[in-house]
Amino acid sequence: MQATVRVRRFNPEQPGAQPRFEEFALEVPQNTTVLDALIKIREDTDGTFGVRCSCRASICGSCAMRVNGQAKLACKTKIIDVASNGQPVIVEPMGNMPVIKDLITDMTIFWDKVRQVEPYLQPEGPEPQGEYIASNESMNHLVGVMNCIMCGACVSDCTSLAVDKNFIAPAALAKAYRFVADPRDGAKKRRLGMLNEYGGVWDCTRCMYCIEVCPKGVAPMDRIMKMRDLAMQHGYNNTAGARHTESFARSVKSDGLLNETRLAIDSTGLLNIPGQLAQVPIGIKTLMKGKLPNPLGHKIPARKRIKKVFEKVEDGKR
Amino acid sequence: MKYAWWPGCVARGGTPELYTSTVAVLKRLGIEVEEMHDFSCTGAGVLQERNLKLGDALNIRNFAIAEKMGLKEIMTICSTCQGVMGQAHWRVMRDPEYLREINATIAEEGLEYMGGVVVKHLVWILVEEYGVEELKKHFTRNLSCLRVAPFYGCYILRPTNSLGFEKAPARETSLEAVIAATGAEVVDFRGKKACCGLPILLINQENSLKMVAQHTGTAKDLGADAMVTPCPLCHLNLDGYQDKAASKNRPGGQRINLPILHFPQLLGLAMGMGPEELGMPKHIVGTRELAATVRQKATVVNR
Ligand code: SF4
Ligand code: SF4
Ligand code: FES
Repeated sequence: MQATVRVRRFNPEQPGAQPRFEEFALEVPQNTTVLDALIKIREDTDGTFGVRCSCRASICGSCAMRVNGQAKLACKTKIIDVASNGQPVIVEPMGNMPVIKDLITDMTIFWDKVRQVEPYLQPEGPEPQGEYIASNESMNHLVGVMNCIMCGACVSDCTSLAVDKNFIAPAALAKAYRFVADPRDGAKKRRLGMLNEYGGVWDCTRCMYCIEVCPKGVAPMDRIMKMRDLAMQHGYNNTAGARHTESFARSVKSDGLLNETRLAIDSTGLLNIPGQLAQVPIGIKTLMKGKLPNPLGHKIPARKRIKKVFEKVEDGKR
Repeated sequence: MKYAWWPGCVARGGTPELYTSTVAVLKRLGIEVEEMHDFSCTGAGVLQERNLKLGDALNIRNFAIAEKMGLKEIMTICSTCQGVMGQAHWRVMRDPEYLREINATIAEEGLEYMGGVVVKHLVWILVEEYGVEELKKHFTRNLSCLRVAPFYGCYILRPTNSLGFEKAPARETSLEAVIAATGAEVVDFRGKKACCGLPILLINQENSLKMVAQHTGTAKDLGADAMVTPCPLCHLNLDGYQDKAASKNRPGGQRINLPILHFPQLLGLAMGMGPEELGMPKHIVGTRELAATVRQKATVVNR
């Protein structure tokens, strides 16, 4: 099979170096992975080509990079699946991290964030005689998060991290969930308090990139959403995020539809006067265009029945 | 075929011009719809973060209503409605026990969902059912005078497990296909698949505005005359907050001035409709210059 690979090259040791693309055409077997192709380039064509890998079997997590614009494990991605009708496969280093050389990124940011969430068990009370016992059922739901191989793919493509380096980002937040939801951990409430701060669970913009790119099905965003709910259950209700979710639910429950104006007022917090005032200019602009949604909202005829569905499901839940 | 049309909360609220332009365009295209007045909000992913089952129940209730009316396809005009409904559908269809549980919550209303409804965004319907060639027959103007950047909205792109891209690959590039069909040049950029920032607008406005400035600014710098989106939530942020985003994030606070079109508005322009008919004066970022370019430079399509 003929394959064309376009790779982004960058060597900071060369004076005045700028990232550039270089194209390689190679003859490869049908089932070749992107990583196989890159190694072939390094071995046959250019020994200075920088690419990081180890296990070649999607276990070690060292070969994450962007393939056609999306983070993937190079060793888990077959050329044939990403080279639609003979188009070149575009290979770039991960995003949101500085490049050391060619496809190799510096993952310090990644590890710093993982450390930030204290990724170890913090049990409470006296130490037991033997090990800390946890039932199967109480741990089974954590298997998915424990599958994380720390490859960085989710962090590479996280859109919130792209605008704010303070965001704890998906991998570390998923790791935090692993301990928040561990029945043996005693620091749950303190952890949730920390995660409720700026940079934590409410700063995720729900873009679903982390769910999409994770090669191990960790679904970091789903864990983040669970932690939002848990934080609220533990009494952390006075954040814009918590008010936002509550207001949204209230509006759908009573009207069957979303009331955007109330959502804005509630999320900002009624007593947050500067915040409320900051919304005013935009409100006036929309008003002048004749499109400010009615603050009383619109309602659907069947709203009473919607309320019933809420009651049925919510009663059944907790 | 008649579609069960769900306009969504935002088309009925914050972006009324999406509602009216959709009605106008569907009429020209001869696509028959019945508006679903009994549907509820899909939950927009927000309700789902609090209680997934509740969100799913509301959506299954909507499907059951359409099914009971004998309608086989629900048409959405919002990436978020599309994605959220699609995910709900995907979850219940792979888990009959879960579907039974959910059906129990809507049984009192005399509803039961049997699984016979498909949910499709208008842009998908056009590329995979109606056909781009058929669509082109309704275009009376060639918009080759415009460069247009696509902006999809997260929910119509991710997670792919419930979006059916494998069976219907045209969906993945549907916006580009329609832009190209109007004769306009597609301005391609990575941001087209990113988040508009709306979900955190009321939570972390600084970050949300950075996203707006980055996407609209990049498209503008690449020479775009307009951006088009199939998601009214993206529109709210990219249009409504563009000036504020620019004043905080662009060098010297310079305005970006990139008109954001709802997807049906682009079709309408190519069909020869005027900006008023398409509700463009309701936008926050001015569309007058764009309308003038179309009026003066778009060529007439000869058939
Ligand atoms: S869903 Fe949240 S955590 Fe995941 S990539 Fe998007 S912003 Fe980042
Ligand atoms: S969550 Fe998934 S993508 Fe993120 S580091 Fe872990 S394995 Fe990689
Ligand atoms: S080389 Fe180990 S995961 Fe790819």
